[in-house]
Amino acid sequence: MSEPIELTAAQAIERLRDGDLSAAELFGAYRARAAADELNAFTWVADAAPAQDGAPQGPLAGVPLAVKDLFCTEGVPSQSGSKILAGYRPPYTATAVARLADAGAALLGKTNQDEFAMGSSNENSAFGPVRNPWDRERVPGGSSGGSAAAVAAGLAPWALGTDTGGSIRQPAALCGIVGLKPTYGAVSRYGMIAFASSLDQAGPFTRDVTDAALLLRHMVGRDARDSTSLAFPEQIALPRGVDLRGLTLGVPEELTGEGIESGVREAFNATLALAEQLGASIETCNLPNAPHALSAYYLIAPAEASANLARFDGVRYGLRVDADDLSSMYTRTREQGFGPEVKRRIMLGTYALSSGYYDAYYGRAQQVRTKVAEDFRAAFERFDLLVTPTAPSVAFRLGEKVDDPLAMYLNDVCTVPMSLAGIPAISIPNGLSDGLPTGFQLCGPAFSENRLLNAAYVLEQALGFDGSAART
Amino acid sequence: MIDRAQVLHVAKLARLALSDEEVERMSRELSAVLGHIEKISELDLDGVSPTSHVVDVVNALRADEPGPSLPREVALAAAPERIDDGFGVPSPGAA
Amino acid sequence: MSYEPVIGLEIHVQLKTRTKMFCGCELSFGDPPNTHTCPVCLGLPGALPVANARAIHYALLIGLALGCELAPRSIFHRKNYFYPDLPKGYQISQYDIPICSGGRLGDVRIHRAHLEEDAAKLVHVGASGRIHGADESVVDFNRGGTPLVEIVTEPDVRSAAQAREWLTLLRETLRQLGVSDVNMEEGSLRCDANVSIRPAGSEQLGTKTELKNMNSFRYLERGVEAEIARQTALVEAGGQVEQETLHYDPVTGSLTPLRSKEEAHDYRYFPEPDLVPIVVDEAMVAAARAELPELPAQRAARYERDLGLSADSARQLAFRADLAAYFERALATDGEHPQTLANWVTGELVARVGDGDPAESKVTPAALARLVALLRERAVTPGAAKQVLDTLVAQGGDPQAIVAAEGLGALGGGDELAGVVERALAADPDAVAKLKAGNMKAIGPIVGFVMRETKGRADGGEVTRLVRQQLGLA
Repeated sequence: MSEPIELTAAQAIERLRDGDLSAAELFGAYRARAAADELNAFTWVADAAPAQDGAPQGPLAGVPLAVKDLFCTEGVPSQSGSKILAGYRPPYTATAVARLADAGAALLGKTNQDEFAMGSSNENSAFGPVRNPWDRERVPGGSSGGSAAAVAAGLAPWALGTDTGGSIRQPAALCGIVGLKPTYGAVSRYGMIAFASSLDQAGPFTRDVTDAALLLRHMVGRDARDSTSLAFPEQIALPRGVDLRGLTLGVPEELTGEGIESGVREAFNATLALAEQLGASIETCNLPNAPHALSAYYLIAPAEASANLARFDGVRYGLRVDADDLSSMYTRTREQGFGPEVKRRIMLGTYALSSGYYDAYYGRAQQVRTKVAEDFRAAFERFDLLVTPTAPSVAFRLGEKVDDPLAMYLNDVCTVPMSLAGIPAISIPNGLSDGLPTGFQLCGPAFSENRLLNAAYVLEQALGFDGSAART
Repeated sequence: MIDRAQVLHVAKLARLALSDEEVERMSRELSAVLGHIEKISELDLDGVSPTSHVVDVVNALRADEPGPSLPREVALAAAPERIDDGFGVPSPGAA
Repeated sequence: MSYEPVIGLEIHVQLKTRTKMFCGCELSFGDPPNTHTCPVCLGLPGALPVANARAIHYALLIGLALGCELAPRSIFHRKNYFYPDLPKGYQISQYDIPICSGGRLGDVRIHRAHLEEDAAKLVHVGASGRIHGADESVVDFNRGGTPLVEIVTEPDVRSAAQAREWLTLLRETLRQLGVSDVNMEEGSLRCDANVSIRPAGSEQLGTKTELKNMNSFRYLERGVEAEIARQTALVEAGGQVEQETLHYDPVTGSLTPLRSKEEAHDYRYFPEPDLVPIVVDEAMVAAARAELPELPAQRAARYERDLGLSADSARQLAFRADLAAYFERALATDGEHPQTLANWVTGELVARVGDGDPAESKVTPAALARLVALLRERAVTPGAAKQVLDTLVAQGGDPQAIVAAEGLGALGGGDELAGVVERALAADPDAVAKLKAGNMKAIGPIVGFVMRETKGRADGGEVTRLVRQQLGLA
């Protein structure tokens, strides 16, 4: 029998059900690897497996799950990668995590991330950067860098991340694994330490599309505790497609033009050709407002974040820097507790909302957002799905972009438009460029996850990408 | 285009104590980002309504029925300073 | 130059729901600190608000009662600022699309009414020792998240007395709606006043100041009066009113600027992304309308219009639902004398039953109506009627029977009274002489004598008539 860690989650569940493998053995194998993690992917690892005697519990049968630091997990550190919450243990568990636990998932550990989910390289963590298992001198992407690295390196079979402007998809691409951002509202945000409320969504990191479908199935659904959550109109199906006949794919010119690295572009074009061979019909299309999506995003997200992070004031939990007067307590606590990127975005967001600037910045950004969403709606009248490269480049070196915030923000250029529109998108690995993974992104209208997963699955089977090199 | 005085004003609104060096850096970095973002001021957005809500949901309400509250010890567990049965803070308006 | 005050009021009403505005913690008053909190109202990381359906319903009731337009679609906004009693660092409120707008109550127009959550309670404790020399405060989050409706009036109020009077009408209206305890001392009704002055006859608005923290009707009136006086003196001395927020100290009568507002807040309002819009549909409006009782302003108007009651009587009855109900039941048994009946309900009856519900006393509405009828028919004198009422309060019964039993029937015409008057005149020749000389005031002692002799049963008018007759006066 192959090593337990070589199995995908779905394969492991079969073995667990057949009795060939015990949940304790599987958990133990992963736990040992997680505890020996040299990539700094984990901020906390479970001491032991939860009690798992007898038959495998639930559809997820006790398979271990790594969870991004910002998901509240009762009694377990939930810090959102920040010093201001270092050691914070919440008194409750996020709905998404609780539902997966109810389905049988076992909490393996909490993963490292960019502080408050702000970043595209996981270099903004108060707990140190995460390294890409394909090349340890390079970034895994962000903000869910820890979750991506853990799955890519075989330290966890699957992991939860969050995506606000690309924070699941981009690290999935840079680490050669599957990452999916669901339709906004499909998964409850209750218990997710917030970055940008109208954009944050929880989603799976997995080795393959089947695992992604399986995990997503047990995450979706209306939660009475999240007013913005919706019932998913159908069950998430495990994909079974064999070809792409009848599928129309649009290639937005604005997101596939300049700014995309040549290696990424080559892999993208090759995948398009493959899709055609599989029966898809492909045409270029336009999303005229996509070039402005990044600007809108970098006004809306920081604005919401500036308000969401105001609760970190040293009064009720987290870091407090003592001072004689209240005002100094606030400013020193936040000065010492937040890292430079977080401070930058709080400042940007506060400015965009401030008196005299609201209309020109935040107000306009929300208008641009409306237009971006309209562009997608129009495109989906002609096409089933749209496709782009996930990220403009492969994994870059640690330290390469930290001093240039603008350059860093440009990592999100292909993923942000879907976030603004609230539509689902998935990234699958589609090749290597100079030995580093590239990602292929598919997106569809709201609640089209099943079609998306199916198309991604068919391509994945045809591509035959092998990520085992990263799982040393 | 966002000068030192503006940076200081915004920092005050956001309760961030920035060092002189940080103020200078912030002014540079934010100006660069805003320079890029400013392009949206050129767009024709007449008659476009701003997105205020992403999901097509209204009236997500709950019944006026009590749910469990946290035991006080749990609520106070992470308090940086506890005074009697509450959260201690320096008094507003003090010095 | 004479100046007229221009006053607008901002009222916060705590709603009497079971749970908080955005979470299921129970509302409490006086419970041990921090025993009604949860991740949502503590502002823990990751928590999300969910709006209370009953609070929405109460807001609609208030809107209908105040004659407001109900917004078909309204949204919540975040109001951002830092304070220890504000756990999220923002208050969820409503900004440019409130649930209610326009309207009127009495002679004051309503600008808007909206929903928001209350802050927690901050209590100053003095030096606690943790930081040497520094003062500390303690935060109790029990109150944090309580549903509030904020009502803002147009600047239609023209005096401190009118402010107090109108606020009383508002309070009674809200109380009869059943949406709040509206108790100023307990904090379920809070009122700030925006005060300015302008030359009489001018249409321009002067600079206004904001008066806060007046926690009784009396202090509100005095505070507003003091501020009007202060502004008037200032302007008459050539000065200018500055826009500021003031605190009125009822003990010293002084107005002091509130220190903490060192600069105007920039609240950076933006739509609350964690909540979805409230769409008020027909069913919700119908449900609210069905629960609307007849409210004080309407009832007072109806009494004046349909029953011809004086404005004062109408208002007094309308302001106490229990009195109005009693009055109407009494009127139903005998509707001949509404004003007299109203006077007796609000006067003599209230004097005897106080704040208690007269329906719970031994005086049945029918009995009171009968007593009033007897009075109007002059079968009893006012004095005797009061005695009858005393008996009714003590033991109930029928007024006619009590009159007979206690011998309180008025002495109207007939020999008995004539005889007493004769004796009265005979006993006081002095008075007789004055009366004959044309000094009618001298009748006083004669009437007094007769009243004593008849134990108040004589009808004063009849006595006077008999005196004139017996003395041969015109």
